[in-house]
Amino acid sequence: MSGAPVDSKIDTAHSAAYSPVFVGKRKEEITELLKRYPTKMAGLLPALWMVQEDRGWVSEQAMTEVAAVLELTPAYVKGVVSFYTMYHQHPVGQHFIQVCTTSPCLCNGADKVVDAFLEHTGCKELGITSADGKYTVIEVECLGACGFSTPVQINADTIENVTPDKVPVILAGLK
Amino acid sequence: MGYPQKSHPRETPVLSKHFGEGEGRSLDGWKKRGGYKALEIALNMTPAQIVDIVKASGLRGRGGAGFPTGVKWSFMKPGDGKPHYLLCNADESEPGTFKDREIMRWTPHALVEGCAIGAYAIGAETAYIYIRGEFQEPIDRMEAALKEAYAANILGSNAMGTGKTINVYVHKGAGAYICGEETALMESLEGKRGNPRIKPPFPAVSGAFGQPTTINNVETLVAVPHILVNGAEWYKAMCLSNPKSTGTKLFSVCGNISRPGNYEIVLGFPFKDFLYDLCGGPTTGRRFKAIIPGGASVPIQTMDEAEATLMDYEGFVAQGTMLGSGGVIVFDDAQSIPRQVARLTRFFAHESCGQCTQCREGTSWTTRILDRIVAGQGTYEDLDTLLEMAENMTGKTICVLSDSCAAPVVSGLQKFRHEFEALITGKRSSQSAGGSQATAGSSKLTVGAGA
Repeated sequence: MSGAPVDSKIDTAHSAAYSPVFVGKRKEEITELLKRYPTKMAGLLPALWMVQEDRGWVSEQAMTEVAAVLELTPAYVKGVVSFYTMYHQHPVGQHFIQVCTTSPCLCNGADKVVDAFLEHTGCKELGITSADGKYTVIEVECLGACGFSTPVQINADTIENVTPDKVPVILAGLK
Repeated sequence: MGYPQKSHPRETPVLSKHFGEGEGRSLDGWKKRGGYKALEIALNMTPAQIVDIVKASGLRGRGGAGFPTGVKWSFMKPGDGKPHYLLCNADESEPGTFKDREIMRWTPHALVEGCAIGAYAIGAETAYIYIRGEFQEPIDRMEAALKEAYAANILGSNAMGTGKTINVYVHKGAGAYICGEETALMESLEGKRGNPRIKPPFPAVSGAFGQPTTINNVETLVAVPHILVNGAEWYKAMCLSNPKSTGTKLFSVCGNISRPGNYEIVLGFPFKDFLYDLCGGPTTGRRFKAIIPGGASVPIQTMDEAEATLMDYEGFVAQGTMLGSGGVIVFDDAQSIPRQVARLTRFFAHESCGQCTQCREGTSWTTRILDRIVAGQGTYEDLDTLLEMAENMTGKTICVLSDSCAAPVVSGLQKFRHEFEALITGKRSSQSAGGSQATAGSSKLTVGAGA
């Protein structure tokens, strides 16, 4: 993969609206982080996390920027982004709510927890952000907290032992 | 200590001794608990001496496959002029398993120490701890512990003042069960899609970044410091049944059971006592129906099988399943086995990387057929089709995700066929008194009867 393979037309078309992530502190951070790995490509997952932390999701323009920083192609970056479930390829609600419904949680009533979140957030269906832009609810595969069913992840935080009756309190406590 | 439960007198807490104590998370707190003595011992030994001790202890991999750890380490040749890597698999994603999460949350320095010893023993200057992206708290705990370890010169280019270089880094995953497969984890670390690699070459020859690599589970690595401090004989003596299964093991228990949590027992412990005594048996008014004892990838056990099991690598195999990751999923008599099997195959269909046809097609078609059966629209022919597909999905793909999807289907049909048949004939099984649960009541949990 050669350096700077960015399609200049695409870049120009979006440059007005897009301000780069990897400037200033973030640039220092990625430069420092790349010292941990023998290849630049290994910095891809961490770089995408930085984008998502700053912007809330990973846009095509951001993928193009990441590609340039790591000397990859935008198509390659998109291929990686689309493999992993945690990178958002479109904007999501301010509170991204993931309810575990894999078997150990299902047998303890996780489906009822999903229903409660949909009801109390006003989200009409799974994956569709509420009209006020505050919430997105999805079902997620095993969160690795099976002894605390039902675990719910809201942005980066995991809440254990969620039951339908606790949902209004949990939502009220979100900043 | 079986956090969140209090320690049971019949447990043998070695790895989990300090779960639930906040103080053990800091470097000072960890040193007060004997931390980093083992690393000091290790760095005064040769790598070969460490490997020999670990070999003699009988320690086997705690991630699922149970390969002898010392033997795995002996495949690495320190001093061959190539960079070596140690990878710690902390991608804990196997449904039913949540032990590594607690190890990292409560005793992060134990893992730092285990990684440092492991890296030195295989001639690696760099270790990466690959933690699943959802584990933000464990990631934060590990990062904080690493920062302290670097500041105290335990890690770095003069580790413990010995002049040796040992670097340990956290690498955060981004949501993909398959990245817990060792070669998929390597691909992911390298910045690629998590597609498992064809073996050979094995990781010890060509692993991360094409260099000799060893990959170990979290629980395996945290056992090593105890072995170095107390000796191989001490570890080996912890054995209640088969001499090939030594030491303590954490079992995560979840599903329909009175006291879910993590329990640490000596291998060979009777499963019946474990379920009824340590974990408190079924919830009030219920009876156990079936158990998946080693994470979602292993065959389902009937209660007769489970109650006859001795909890070690050989004991679970003798009773129709595998020890796997030690993630015990319990279903009681309110649960419908077909519905639970359908949910498990849906998991595998979602997580298939799609490289191999048998897996890509097999996992999703299996799920659609099972959903159809659960919705009361199945036929007897479907049961034959499921078994035929399971046959094609076993032993024919790059990794074992496909096999893992087939395991609950085949064992479920072998051991609970009457429940599938009851859904087909329209008669509700008396064993699945869960009633509405046996019909796919929640439409969100089915992809539609598209098959």
